[in-house]
Amino acid sequence: MKENANLLFVFLFKTPIEGSGYSLAWYILFVFIIAGALLFFAANFAGITSFIERRIAARIQTRVGPNVVGPQGILQWVADGIKLLLKEDLIPDRADQFLFRVAPYFVFSGLFAAFVALPFGYGIVAADLNVGVYYIFAITSLVVVGIIMGGWSSNSKWALFGALRSAAQIISYEIPTALSLIPVIMLTGSLSTQDIIKAQGGLPWDWFVFHSPFTFVCFVVFFISALAEGNRIPFDLPEAESELVSGYNTEYSGFRFLVFPMAEWANLWVIAAMVSLTYLGGWQVPFVSIETLSGSLVLIFLSVAVFVIKTSIVVFIVMQLRWTLPRVRVDQMTQLCWTYLVPFCLVAIVGTMIWMLIFPWETRVALLLRLMMFGIGFAFCFFYVRRIRFNYFNDKTAYENLKKKSPWYPIWRLP
Amino acid sequence: MTPYFNAVATTLYSIFEGMAVTTSYLFRRPSTIQYPNKLEKPLEEQLSDRYRGILQVDTSVCIGCRICEKTCPIDCIAINLEKNKETKERFLTRFDIDISKCMFCGLCSENCSTCAIYHTKFFNGATQNVDELVVRFVDSPIVLYKHRKDSDPKTREKDLSGVIVKQKMVKQRMKKQKTAKQEMPVNKISKHKIKEEIL
Ligand code: SF4
Ligand code: SF4
Ligand code: SF4
Repeated sequence: MKENANLLFVFLFKTPIEGSGYSLAWYILFVFIIAGALLFFAANFAGITSFIERRIAARIQTRVGPNVVGPQGILQWVADGIKLLLKEDLIPDRADQFLFRVAPYFVFSGLFAAFVALPFGYGIVAADLNVGVYYIFAITSLVVVGIIMGGWSSNSKWALFGALRSAAQIISYEIPTALSLIPVIMLTGSLSTQDIIKAQGGLPWDWFVFHSPFTFVCFVVFFISALAEGNRIPFDLPEAESELVSGYNTEYSGFRFLVFPMAEWANLWVIAAMVSLTYLGGWQVPFVSIETLSGSLVLIFLSVAVFVIKTSIVVFIVMQLRWTLPRVRVDQMTQLCWTYLVPFCLVAIVGTMIWMLIFPWETRVALLLRLMMFGIGFAFCFFYVRRIRFNYFNDKTAYENLKKKSPWYPIWRLP
Repeated sequence: MTPYFNAVATTLYSIFEGMAVTTSYLFRRPSTIQYPNKLEKPLEEQLSDRYRGILQVDTSVCIGCRICEKTCPIDCIAINLEKNKETKERFLTRFDIDISKCMFCGLCSENCSTCAIYHTKFFNGATQNVDELVVRFVDSPIVLYKHRKDSDPKTREKDLSGVIVKQKMVKQRMKKQKTAKQEMPVNKISKHKIKEEIL
């Protein structure tokens, strides 16, 4: 990033930065610019996703969703934000004033700091830390601190239950999350997010998911435990609205409340970006080597597009899971973690090690096996599409007889 | 060991199937009727003919039997009848329905022997003032209908869109607005008093 700062300085003021006396001020300013850009992205992503999620959820439940504010309701999230900002910032009478006030900042900064190490494209990352993945795990744990603080200080039993559940959940799921990334780290030999992506390729069979059956298992485990870390359904126990009103944020209102859902939706990006960068090849563009990629600005933008598309697909799947699955019970949640995810992960790590020894990455056999794995994955997707078709046609005739019109109304046709 | 792996397999497969079902819904027509903005055809056409909307009285076929008034469980209907002593003619001088009280049970219209009182498909009669919802169907005395052998009023074409009741409600609102200016101060005082009483 320092080079980029230097480049921008030269571009703007036509003098090398070393000669001018402003280098320190420029670097500080640059840091703020980057932070502002990330914040802008996170906030807008959270808002727009909240709108899109509601629309998708509505279609899954054969509703329409918010469509009144702006064309097709696209400004609904702005309206929601303004509404929440205008609300009274209420602090319960017996609450711990100080902790209650600071808790949202912990949640927010914990999440926002994760964006620092997340790449967006070739060379586009706020800080290419050499401990990137480790850093993201560590810093997102700060969110739990915020949640526990909020739940404890609210002096409400719902909030306290939510906080306790959150604590139990994070303690359990930190382990499979970290374990399931060990194969990736072994294959890459680095913790840096950029290096992990560079170790993969643009074509699907060069991704880590299809490296071996073991990495595929780890991918599934990582996806599940990332959902749990992000408090997404089916693991949204800390804020289970049917049991705990709204969980740890029950007592919050106004802007302080706004921070919680916003952080949650921003977290969606963090989850999806982590999944796509560790196992799905990140910003690698097919048929373009990293050397040619670094030379051209167009290709760099293409890499950003590839990354955003991959991440959006994962975000979509996470959203759809939310509207498909019911919530698990607390005991089921911990049981799933300790008796299924962790053992599977451990076996998969050992398996990957052996696989790496027998079939090193570059050999022909390894490529063939990766192609086979990809073939299985592709067949799986094909079967999935067949099942969707089956489900659609299963109800088609009944619908037509009942309503006298075709049920065909694809998602891109806006009601 | 087998139940353990079976559990994994069933879980993954059922999630897979569930996802396939929800995805298929993304390609189906939403069942929402987007009232009032985006309707394929007016909602009153989409409602069935037996929809129980706001009541309407066709005073030209009312025989003044007062059955509707008596059957109404919550006394929404008020009917006054008068008789001309010399000609022995009977008149309908008042036929009011308090729609704000009505629960659309349909008992009145079911029992009317000429279908003079019936439900329309008109339903959106919201106003700012509850008094406006007392619809007065008689402006000047109307001679009562008498049964004839050759015609059955039950088979006549009914006005289901509720033209009469709509007109009456609009007229009453206009009248209210004219007199509202004089009533204003009185209203204010009474509201004030109510507030004080509550406090
Ligand atoms: S919650 Fe709202 S949208 Fe749902 S049925 Fe009730 S009124 Fe209708
Ligand atoms: S519909 Fe029922 S409540 Fe309404 S006026 Fe008739 S009898 Fe009374
Ligand atoms: S509306 Fe029907 S039931 Fe009522 S008084 Fe007239 S004829 Fe009798």
